[in-house]
Amino acid sequence: MSSPEPTLHSDQPATGSTDRRSFLRSTAAFAGLSALAASLAPLRELKDFSSSEEFLQKYYKELSPEEMKKVLLRITDEVEHQYGIRPHVRDLKPMDGVEFVYALNLTRCIGCRKCVHACVAENNQSRSPEIQYIRVLKMPHGSMDVEKGNHLYDDKEVPDKGFFYMPVQCQQCKNPPCVKVCPVNATWQEKDGITVIDYDWCIGCRYCEAACPYWARRFNFTKPEIPADRLNPEMAYLGNRPRKQGVMEKCHFCIQRTRVGKYPACLEVCPVGARKFGNILDPESEISYILRTKRVFIQLKEEMGTSPRFFYYFDK
Amino acid sequence: MITAARQYLVFLQRSARIAFVGDWRYYTWMAVLTVITLLGLNAYAKQLVHGLVVTGMSDEVSWGVYIANFTFLVGVAAAAVMMVIPVYIYDNEELHDLVIFGELLAVAAIIMCLLFVTVDLGRPDRFWHLIPGIGQMNFPKSMLSWDVIVLNGYLLLNVHICGYLLYCRYQNRKPTKWFYIPFVFGAIIWAVSIHTVTAFLYVGLGGRPFWNASIVGPRFLASAFTAGPAIIILALQIIRSVTQYRITDKALLTLRSIVQVSMIINVFLLVCEIFKEFYSGTTHGASAKYLFFGLHGHYALVPWIWTAITFNLIAMVILVLPVSRSLRWLDVACVLSIVGIWIEKGMGLVIPGFIPTPLGAVVDYIPSLNETLVCLGIWAFGLLCYTLFLRMSVPILQGRLSQANEGLPEINDIAPTNAALSRPAAH
Repeated sequence: MSSPEPTLHSDQPATGSTDRRSFLRSTAAFAGLSALAASLAPLRELKDFSSSEEFLQKYYKELSPEEMKKVLLRITDEVEHQYGIRPHVRDLKPMDGVEFVYALNLTRCIGCRKCVHACVAENNQSRSPEIQYIRVLKMPHGSMDVEKGNHLYDDKEVPDKGFFYMPVQCQQCKNPPCVKVCPVNATWQEKDGITVIDYDWCIGCRYCEAACPYWARRFNFTKPEIPADRLNPEMAYLGNRPRKQGVMEKCHFCIQRTRVGKYPACLEVCPVGARKFGNILDPESEISYILRTKRVFIQLKEEMGTSPRFFYYFDK
Repeated sequence: MITAARQYLVFLQRSARIAFVGDWRYYTWMAVLTVITLLGLNAYAKQLVHGLVVTGMSDEVSWGVYIANFTFLVGVAAAAVMMVIPVYIYDNEELHDLVIFGELLAVAAIIMCLLFVTVDLGRPDRFWHLIPGIGQMNFPKSMLSWDVIVLNGYLLLNVHICGYLLYCRYQNRKPTKWFYIPFVFGAIIWAVSIHTVTAFLYVGLGGRPFWNASIVGPRFLASAFTAGPAIIILALQIIRSVTQYRITDKALLTLRSIVQVSMIINVFLLVCEIFKEFYSGTTHGASAKYLFFGLHGHYALVPWIWTAITFNLIAMVILVLPVSRSLRWLDVACVLSIVGIWIEKGMGLVIPGFIPTPLGAVVDYIPSLNETLVCLGIWAFGLLCYTLFLRMSVPILQGRLSQANEGLPEINDIAPTNAALSRPAAH
């Protein structure tokens, strides 16, 4: 063992060496702290990341009606502050005796993508980068293998001969894999069958996105941008209120419309009437009639055991 | 009680102080690691501001190198027990004192794991939503909540074992058996669990046929028990050369047989996987096709995976042959297996699971510069932690830092030869 140096112990008398060492040490400490500060400099650009109210906000299902009121007010103020429009934000609850089901007529769909854009406009999706909940696949006749589908078709006219079109969006599964995997219960299935997300609770781990067999979930990789004049002010907490950077979103059957008795935006805009929607618990509804009378209807990837509430059917 | 607390504080204080003392090589190494860590921190600050858009990830490939590194490092952490098992179950004396180095590596690896998961979060400010009691932990349904529990538990177990054994050595007393042996056996089981749970994270996703295969779990363990001890073999040789700590070749060769057997099993399981994916020719093999041969004109992962397979095969051949009893060849085999398994468990497992997407789109993923800097930063920070742990524990294990020499002048050398060299420069 080498002879120990007497420089580092406080009992030792101060020597020239200690002075120089302590000077070097404080210089090093100063340089280190400056480097740390410099490396954290980008954080100065961090704006409205999370207000303390939002940071401390409780889980959706634990909010009392009064607390919910405050939350809705905070969201209203935030939206007004950001877009200059005072929105009408509501916390719409599922209706009793209602279970929503969607059916899409593959014989009729012409692949015009009007549903895609109506959805973006209705649900206040980010325009830059653009987030879309509906993906239309251009499929060659005779195949249901999605790998043969073309996602990025750019034809001047649709429909193209020899192809059919298959729009895919959240299938609102009865057995949703996304809900099972969420580590913080930020997404769940409501009584009316809609799987919703609490955008204020999601931690952005994207496990649900990996779990979804339908590629229905979208992540806000950056701060969503919506032009103020395009903002839809009719909003719901679990629906189309503007999202923040770093959280998930997806189709919620236009909760802000369907829970007050309207049709989803994608259905209303469809020029060929390929989209049908309604309450499966009501035997008189159109959707019940379709599922009762059509000879062939399918659930996408039925073998996944997810049991979608979204059906595809054929006319002939 | 108060004396005990005071003694413990003195122990901590002296350990902390020694971390700042070393020769020029130590300072250079730590300075380089600090600079890389800060570069990573800077990149992460940018990511916090602009969001995960600064990474190469997309809605199509929604996990990337962060989760890939996380997966690899869970394996490294789990592999620390491969040193514990021979010692405590087979009473291998050669490895006895080296167990601590393995467990400290596990601690450093888990710290890196936790950081990799954190940087992958879109909303790290909401991490408290995971904490049971104040948040909402989806336990036992979500495998991710299992992972949070097992990783943190494993961290605590190893911190306890290392901390307790080191403190006993510092006080020069024999450790009380019941106060650490149950934890050691707990850690053995726990190590298997952290890797199994991490594998189940992927295996549980029915919509991703590449991951939804029972072979993923066993392959995780086999590759972890190859790469982990391989890292320890290299680390022990570095410790041996920069400190005077005695580490026998026999100990290294014991670890060699672990790496050897694990690598053979790993390659065998790879063969099983390749056969299953390709022979039947179902459309579920699309991800494997993308990984190994490319799909619809996309070949991003092909060079990676063939590099990994080549490295693993060469490593296996070297390990099986008697030449790997020489340390030079053993080191080559270790480096090849570490790189090979890093690729295989990272880029080779996480990325192809996403390609093609469940709707059949093929979108390549290439990590961005910012993302790469964050990764390098975390690796540098992990190495920084491991170096610090070793800097503190080696003198304690050597008996140079102990309660007996409290109040005496502090030692400040790593290896006496180097201290002798650097002393004139200090005056």
